[in-house]
Amino acid sequence: MPSALINVPKRAKRGEIIEIKTLMSHIMETGYRHLASGEVVPRDIITSFTCRYNGAEIFRADLFPAIAANPFITFFTTATESGKFEFEWIGDSGFSETASASISVE
Amino acid sequence: MRRPESSTRRRFLGLAGSAAVIGAAPVVTLRPAAATPATLATAIRNVVGGAVVRTGKVKLDIPPLVENGNTVPMTVSVSSPMTPDDYVKSIHVFNEKNPQPNIGNFYLDTQAGRAQVSTRIRLADSQKIVAIAHLADGSFWSASVDVVVTLAACTEEVI
Repeated sequence: MPSALINVPKRAKRGEIIEIKTLMSHIMETGYRHLASGEVVPRDIITSFTCRYNGAEIFRADLFPAIAANPFITFFTTATESGKFEFEWIGDSGFSETASASISVE
Repeated sequence: MRRPESSTRRRFLGLAGSAAVIGAAPVVTLRPAAATPATLATAIRNVVGGAVVRTGKVKLDIPPLVENGNTVPMTVSVSSPMTPDDYVKSIHVFNEKNPQPNIGNFYLDTQAGRAQVSTRIRLADSQKIVAIAHLADGSFWSASVDVVVTLAACTEEVI
């Protein structure tokens, strides 16, 4: 069962630069490994990660097989107003997960 | 008996020396073209097009000696004021010897405040990692780090 871990500060001062940490549990199968029988294990990775802040995209990443299992991504943004961060992971074979976190800005 | 030992030491010193030279010369972005696998060069060209990639502004933090290539912490930071006129549009990370040259592309915007991204990557071999930042004025800046990997990732067999 996929699950996300999100770390966003609960409150921040207006204009403060905050760090956002995200982790999505996923095998990130590279597609370059094979079984003892010689069969290639098909690729199964997350290919895209997006973060929206009150609807506007603030961060996006294209992921490749070279990203380790359970992709952990951290980045920064400026706290401008109270609201919601929405996160979305999209991957191979229809993988799609979302998560959200709210922040109150004083 | 002593020969192989001294030759590896000599090679190590040679590598260390060339690394120091790369660090000292600000114009040199990559090692001589012959030493760079073509796929890496192609992947970089796909991102930068014909633009000149200069060394500097980018800081690539990655352990120089990696015991387990399956998960290697990596941080890329770019010195930029992150104002609406002068900010980092994207950060691209490449490798030299994994099966695929791309590691990740990260797209930021003006309100990021700080141009810094961290993640964990896989490394299939001891190799060079290159980070390239695309700035709002259209310029490209890069940093590269040589990493020694003891346990390789990506291609091992499933048991």
